[in-house]
Amino acid sequence: MIEVTVQVNGAPRTASVEARKTLADFLRDDLDLTGTHVGCEHGVCGACTVIVDGRAVRSCLMLAVQAAGAEITTIEGLANDGGLGTLQQAMWDSHSFQCGFCTPGFVMQATAYLSAHPDADEQEIREALSGNICRCTGYQSIIDGVLLAAQRSREA
Amino acid sequence: MKLPYVEYEAPTTIAEAVDLLAEHEDEASVLAGGQSLIPLMALRLARPAVLIDINGLSELSLVAVTDGRVAIGAMTREYVAEDSATVSDAAPLLAAALPLIGHEAIRSRGTIGGSLAHADPAAELPAVALALDAEFAVRGRAGERVVPAADWFEGYLATSRRPDELLTEVRFPVAAPGTGVAFLEIARRHGDFAIVGLAVSLTLADGVISDARLAFAGVSDVPVRVAEAEDLLLGERPSAELFAEAARVATAGLDPPADLNGSSEYRKQVAATLVRRGLQAAADNADERQ
Repeated sequence: MIEVTVQVNGAPRTASVEARKTLADFLRDDLDLTGTHVGCEHGVCGACTVIVDGRAVRSCLMLAVQAAGAEITTIEGLANDGGLGTLQQAMWDSHSFQCGFCTPGFVMQATAYLSAHPDADEQEIREALSGNICRCTGYQSIIDGVLLAAQRSREA
Repeated sequence: MKLPYVEYEAPTTIAEAVDLLAEHEDEASVLAGGQSLIPLMALRLARPAVLIDINGLSELSLVAVTDGRVAIGAMTREYVAEDSATVSDAAPLLAAALPLIGHEAIRSRGTIGGSLAHADPAAELPAVALALDAEFAVRGRAGERVVPAADWFEGYLATSRRPDELLTEVRFPVAAPGTGVAFLEIARRHGDFAIVGLAVSLTLADGVISDARLAFAGVSDVPVRVAEAEDLLLGERPSAELFAEAARVATAGLDPPADLNGSSEYRKQVAATLVRRGLQAAADNADERQ
């Protein structure tokens, strides 16, 4: 077992893990952060996307031991004082959710993308989210929500 | 699925990594960005006994221009190369291909060396490396060996890297003045592996083609360079007729694999269309760069 300490949503967290444990399972099983969802477990669906050192990554394609010392943001880290962040509120207002399984991955990917590309247009947002799969196929309302968040952030 | 049990080593120097490879050889897999290896392990298509994680080898993350070559360290992440002004100035074909690799989250972790060592024939970087005659620097206990791209790709997911060697750096020639490039691919959706992809580089001198490079992704078990079509273009002036003839010659010998995304015949037709479009796009942006 290997001891791993990471900074998650601003707080240091430590656990001992096997080398083969993915960051996704580490977050869910060892740190009880079950907001990060595990879908395909081989890097196709995007449901497990989290932000590591400022970049969106698939937490099922990274080992927990590789995250030692990293700064990680998960879906649990986006709410402000229990309320919704700008992107979350815009997605709520746009009905960007159906069953909700893919939602944390979409929200984390969109968060990373909008922070680097605040002026993104619809085509760019579609491309940025092309690695996330929604099996309810509710893509249109997801894109609408992200576009609305970008617009609200620019106007704020 | 969860990953199978595996031993884990995290060397901090190249020498240490090379020693570990010499010790474990075929039993070990080198873990770079993990965007191909980890899925292969999850699907039990790869069962290494030991992972040798080279993410701690910071000297393998670099982009530097020396002696007419752009040297890219094997651990350089794809997003870093994508954002590099040096890469876009000196290796525009590589810069054109990078944004097409997987999705943004894949490029956050995926590495230049990892993709080229994995050698998926449908991936973008192998076609770019072959088109540009890149050189692969590998390190073993005996020292460094440099392998030309023409000798690197040996088969499906197979390269001439020996089990006790580590890919440390890939060197691309700096594009000559008057060079135009294009990387085109047809895929079902953005970020998927190409059904067919094409890397094109054309250099124009006084309106005449002085260098032409064409390499396909997704038409064989290795990336495919088409020398006959390149020779046909040399010394000619760009025209739609010339490019149509090049497309015919470039695809005449192809026998692409069939799968659920397309038949062999369909792939061949897509390949010809990409040659025409790619040559035209490269010729147009060669004019702009002159």
